[in-house]
Amino acid sequence: MAGSGSAHLRNERDDILIRVENLVMEFPAGKGQVVHAVSDVSFDVAKGETLGLVGESGCGKSTTAKAVIQLPPPTSGSVNFNGTDLTSLSGEELRAMRPEIQMIFQDPISSLNPRRRVHDIVSEGLQIWSTKAERGAFSEGRVDEIIEAVGLDPVEAHKRRPHEYSGGQCQRISVARALVLDPQVIICDEPVSALDVSVQAQVLNMLEDMKERYGLTLLFISHDLSVVKNVSDRVAVMYLGKICEIGDGDEIFANPVHPYTRLLLAAVPDPDNPLANESETLVGELPSPIDPPKGCRFNTRCPRVQDKCRTDEPVIEQIGDGDHWTACWYPVLEGVGETPVATPTA
Amino acid sequence: MAAADANNEPLLVVEDYEVGFRTERGLARAVDKVSFELDRGETLGIVGESGSGKSVLNRGIMGLVSSNRMIEDGSVLFDGGQMVNRNRQEFWGAKIGMIFQDPMTSLNPVMKIGKQIFEPLRQHLGLDKGEAETRAIELLTQVGIPEPARRIKQYPHELSGGMRQRVMIAIALAAEPEMLIADEPTTALDVTVQKYILDLLRQLQLDRGMAMTLITHDLGVARGRTDNVMVMYGGRVMEHAPTDTIFAEMRHPYTEALLASVPSLKHAKHTRLTPIPGAPPDIVNPPPGCRFSPRCKYAQPKCTEQAPELNEGEHRYACFYPVGTDASAEALEKNMAQGHTATGLKIGLAPAKAAG
Repeated sequence: MAGSGSAHLRNERDDILIRVENLVMEFPAGKGQVVHAVSDVSFDVAKGETLGLVGESGCGKSTTAKAVIQLPPPTSGSVNFNGTDLTSLSGEELRAMRPEIQMIFQDPISSLNPRRRVHDIVSEGLQIWSTKAERGAFSEGRVDEIIEAVGLDPVEAHKRRPHEYSGGQCQRISVARALVLDPQVIICDEPVSALDVSVQAQVLNMLEDMKERYGLTLLFISHDLSVVKNVSDRVAVMYLGKICEIGDGDEIFANPVHPYTRLLLAAVPDPDNPLANESETLVGELPSPIDPPKGCRFNTRCPRVQDKCRTDEPVIEQIGDGDHWTACWYPVLEGVGETPVATPTA
Repeated sequence: MAAADANNEPLLVVEDYEVGFRTERGLARAVDKVSFELDRGETLGIVGESGSGKSVLNRGIMGLVSSNRMIEDGSVLFDGGQMVNRNRQEFWGAKIGMIFQDPMTSLNPVMKIGKQIFEPLRQHLGLDKGEAETRAIELLTQVGIPEPARRIKQYPHELSGGMRQRVMIAIALAAEPEMLIADEPTTALDVTVQKYILDLLRQLQLDRGMAMTLITHDLGVARGRTDNVMVMYGGRVMEHAPTDTIFAEMRHPYTEALLASVPSLKHAKHTRLTPIPGAPPDIVNPPPGCRFSPRCKYAQPKCTEQAPELNEGEHRYACFYPVGTDASAEALEKNMAQGHTATGLKIGLAPAKAAG
């Protein structure tokens, strides 16, 4: 899997908000060994777009997203946000950027301080960031507006603490806390994975509404392919620290060309899964990121593996003439070029 | 019981089974008069949201929730023997195996894998150490663990999540139980590993003619992997039918709503989802009448006054206005016209504002 390369970066567009180039994230593993968590990943996100990052545990999707906000700063590579390279900023400059990029996490309950009232949790960012003159009336109005926007009662929020809310409501509080500083980007790390399906639908709809209302750009991480397909404009599939397929979400799910994407999709228990009858199953174990395979990182488990895959790393190349890119020497090209089955709806 | 009879009688007969917990606020009826049968070799999917009682039902049957705050009533016959209100330790492992969601908390972190598999083999099958080791290696091979002879000398933390769950399955199957309770066995796993584990369970079940209850919140898993599906809500059975029937002709509005709320791969991006408004019921003070009525778009005055009973037959459901009938169509029309249901839930052309 994949591979390096930056052919898929959209240099021609002038509305690119985040541009990550050659991102590498390595962690020391003791005894001089190194965990190659993310290796030479590039992608861009346009303003108002949602990029979905999918892949299995350990593929580096969360590490990639956290590297965007420099938590921790990447080993190498650049993260360009709105024309500024975040990796080159000093501590204080970086701090000044923080309100622009907010984050929400998987477990809504453990990410909220249980001792504080919900109103105070949501308003804390404003307390820190507003000028003296702005505090008071302005911030009160802003907090109440946001709490109401995410579907909670602002009066109750003054009195109640997180444990008095359900999991879905706590996730709404997390979203409110992220929104209060009027960020441009929200990074959502598995935001609905801990929720029941009926509540998951409520939170996903709310996120879409907030995106619309506040003009947000989202980086959405999930292991659930159906959820990612639903919320994302573009999707990047990751495996062992590399991007293997990236492009328009509907196109990738309709015509997956990378063998890994196909196996991942085939495993989704959904009756409408176009690959449900695929007999191939992903075999073997995930290789260690301390000593990732040479060539294509997926070569140890790929059903289409050839000698070349074991020695040469594939570079990301375009499939057809649309927004569809993959890093594979032998992609599955049957079906590509046909019209995607899904049609966008409002 | 003669062998010929044994194949016709259901393995498990549950009747009016109740599990309640005494709390400061009153009795929490986690499982409220649940009845069902499980045949030998059958896979029953038990589906529902958190708090629906699906786990407590199965743990209750196994006698794993007993505490002085818990009360249990009704009847559970396993192979003709009553299980309720008695010590069920003799069933554990030997007759009913169980696997749980999180293999890391179910395995002993400071005991080697091998020893954890030897235990049921020696206790239930009376094997000596050498025999147990041979059998353990066989079991690990069956569940698809490479290099089993090396693995039995390893600790749980040295294995991946999928591998640990395979070890759990090997332990659960070691004493050759007649029934397996799988409580969200793949929820903590990646989809590709999930597929492997579910394929494996299916194969082992076919080989051994073992019955299985598969507890899951994932309707896709229930749909592809079960013979029958039972939908639970607020401690009660809402609908119970053969899997194909329940997905093609669901009758209960809750089943319909649950299915509608799941994002599907066939939807184009940014397709608006259909959540279930409101939140699950409080089982200490459940709503009067049908427990789903406060969230149901078909709810009529009758639904708030009287709790519907499950009907008899192969397709059981508890609803006065079953989905797909004229009664439900009329009920919905009436509610749409007045803009709200009998429980005050606002409905109409504009999507109701989510509250949960």
